[in-house]
Amino acid sequence: MFKLWASIKKDVRVLWRDGVGLALMFIMPVVLVVVITDIQNSTFELINKNKLPVLICNRDTGASSKQLIEAIKKVGMFSVDNLPKNQDEKTIADSLKKKDALMSIIIPADFTRKVMAKSKTTAGKALTSFGLQADSAQKDVGDVDPLVLYYNPVLQESLRLSVKGALQSALQLVESRQTLRTLYFDINDKPLPEKLEGEMLNNKATITDVPVSINGSLKPPNSAQHNVPAWTIFAMFFVIMSLGGSVVREKTSGSYIRLKTLPTSYLVGMLSKQIVYVGVTILQAIVIFSLGLWLFPAINLPALNLPHDVFGLFVVTILTGWCAVSYAICVGVFAETHQQNNGFGAISIVILAAIGGLMVPTFTMDTSLKTIANFSPMHWCLQAYYDLFLENSNLGNIIGYLIPLVIITLVFQLVAIWGLKRKNLI
Amino acid sequence: MVDDALAVNVENLGFHYPGNDGVTFSGLNLKVNKGERFGLFGPNGAGKTTLLSLMTGLLNADQGSIKLLGLDVSKHSNAVNRSFGFVPQDFSFYQELSPVENLEFFGAWAGLSKNQIKIKTDELLQILGLEDVRHKQVDKFSGGMKRRVNLAIGVIHNPQILILDEPTVGVDVQTRHAIISYLMELNKNGTTLIYTSHQLIEAEGLCNVAALIDSGEIIANGNIDKLLEEHKQEDLEQLFLELTGKEYRNDV
Repeated sequence: MFKLWASIKKDVRVLWRDGVGLALMFIMPVVLVVVITDIQNSTFELINKNKLPVLICNRDTGASSKQLIEAIKKVGMFSVDNLPKNQDEKTIADSLKKKDALMSIIIPADFTRKVMAKSKTTAGKALTSFGLQADSAQKDVGDVDPLVLYYNPVLQESLRLSVKGALQSALQLVESRQTLRTLYFDINDKPLPEKLEGEMLNNKATITDVPVSINGSLKPPNSAQHNVPAWTIFAMFFVIMSLGGSVVREKTSGSYIRLKTLPTSYLVGMLSKQIVYVGVTILQAIVIFSLGLWLFPAINLPALNLPHDVFGLFVVTILTGWCAVSYAICVGVFAETHQQNNGFGAISIVILAAIGGLMVPTFTMDTSLKTIANFSPMHWCLQAYYDLFLENSNLGNIIGYLIPLVIITLVFQLVAIWGLKRKNLI
Repeated sequence: MVDDALAVNVENLGFHYPGNDGVTFSGLNLKVNKGERFGLFGPNGAGKTTLLSLMTGLLNADQGSIKLLGLDVSKHSNAVNRSFGFVPQDFSFYQELSPVENLEFFGAWAGLSKNQIKIKTDELLQILGLEDVRHKQVDKFSGGMKRRVNLAIGVIHNPQILILDEPTVGVDVQTRHAIISYLMELNKNGTTLIYTSHQLIEAEGLCNVAALIDSGEIIANGNIDKLLEEHKQEDLEQLFLELTGKEYRNDV
C-alpha cells in the first residue's frame, strides 16, 4: 500500500508540474464548451426567438400579392422589409448584402391576375364536377409564375428548406382563399362572408411539440444539455496529451528501466496512474458541469439540468474517465516520442469525437458513418450521457452502452500491458 | 551448488538481439567475487551494456544462467531485485521531481519504509553534496548533480551488489572525485561494485579486478596488477589497446 501511495504522490507531483498538460485538460475544454454552447444557442435563438430578415420586392399591384405578404408576416419567422417594385435583380442582390438580410423574394408583376385566373379555372372545374354549370368562358391560364427566392449562400440547407416550406404554405393560403371566394361567389352570387372565410381557412388542427423522455419528464432539452456532456467526454479523452506524454517520458528517460530492476510490480505503477488520471477526469467533469450549472445562466446561456439519476451520472463519468485513461496509456506505450504521442493522440481523439457524434449528431450521418459511429468508445459515452441528460434515464437503461465501454477499456489495458512486455519494459 | 563467495556467476551465457542486430554472446562465463571492485571494459559495441542488462534482468538470456548472490536473475524475483542496485548510464529518474521526491518514490519501490527512506535520504544527500538543493526540481541541475542523484537512487536500499554503467560520464573533476570516493566507501562496507567506463585511468584507481570484453567474448579477466604484469603493460589503457587494437569501432 505504501508503494501505491508513493506512486500516487509521484504521479500527482509530475502532473502538477506539467503546466501545458493541465491547461490542455482544463482550460481548453472550458473554452470549447462555453464557445460552442454560445454559438449553438445563438443559432437556436435566431430561428426560435429572432426573426429572419427578408426583403420583398413586390412587382404586382393586386390584392393577392398583398395577401401573400400578410401571410408571410403571419408565419412568424420573418421580419419583412419591402423593396421598391422596380428594383432589378442586381440591386436586389446588393440590397441583400447591404441590409444584411439572408433572403429576398420577388413577387412577379402579374401575380394577382394569374392567381385570380387560376382560381377561376379551378373553381369552374370544381363546379363542373359538382354537376353545376360553370362559366364556360374560363380557360386554363397555366401555372402562376414562380416566386423567385434569392438567398445568401451562408444560409444552411435545412434552414433554407424550412423557409421554402413556410413560403409554400403562405402561397397556398393565398391561392386557396381566392379559389374559395370564387367558388362561393359562383354558387351564391355574393361574396364569401369574412367570418366563414376565416373559419374555413384558419380553423386548422394545431400541433403541440412534446419532447419524449423515458421517465415522462416534459422539460425540453437545451443547447447546454447537448454540449456539456459532449465536450466533457472530449476533454476527458484529451488527458492523452498529459498522460500519454508522461508514459513516453518514463520510457525515454529510462525510468522504466530503473523501475524494472526494483522489487515492485509495474502494475502498481499502472494502477497509480489510473487512480490519479481518473481523478483528473472526474475533476474535469465537475468543473465543466459546474460551468453549465452556475456560469451559463450568468452569461445568458441556458443552464444545465442535471439528470435525476446522479449515481448513474457518476458511474458514466468514472467509466468514461477510465476508458480515456486506458486509451492514453495504450497510446503512450506504443509511441516512441512525444511528437508521436501528441500527434496521434490529438488526431485520433478528434476523429473518434467526429465519428462518435460529439461534433455532428449521428442521426445526420449516412448509414455507413452511423455504423462506424457504433465502434467509437466516445459514442457509447455520449449515448449514455444523453440518455441521462436528455431522456432522464437511469443506470439500468444505459447498461447497454456501459458494457462495451468496459470491454474496450479492458482491451486497452491488455494491449498496453502486452506492449510493455513486448518492449521488454516490464 | 551455490558458491557463497560469488557475487555474480555467469555460466554458459547465450544471447542475441532480435534479427542478430548487435552483439551476440555464446557460452560466456564470468565470475565476480563478493567484495570485489570489478571493472568491465571494452570498445563501443563490445557488449558491456548488454551484459549489464542481462545481469540486471532487463534482458533475458537465450541460454545459460546468471546468478546474483546465488539467485537466478531470470526468475525476476523480488529477492534478486533487492540484492543489487543499478545506476544506468542515462538519468533514469523523474526530472520534474526534486532529489527528495525521487528518493522517496524509488525508495518505496525498493521496499523501504517511510522512516528508512527519510534516514537514507538525509544521509545520501549530505554525502553526495545535494543537501542545499534537496527540494529543487532536478531538471534545473547540472549534469554532474544529476549524476549524483542517479547514484543516490541506485544505492538507497543498501544493495549488496552495485552495478554502474558509466557513472561518471560527462562530469567535472570534483563530481568524479566525489562519486569515486563514495563508491570506495561503499566497497569498504562490503558492497560489491560492478562498473563499466571508458575512463580507464579512473577505472584503474577504482577497480581491483577487470575483464576486457570484445565482440561478446571475454578476452582478459583477472586482478589488474597481474594482468598488466602478464601482458607487460604499464597501465590499463595500454593493455586495452594491445588486446582490442587501435582501429575505430562503429557501434550502430
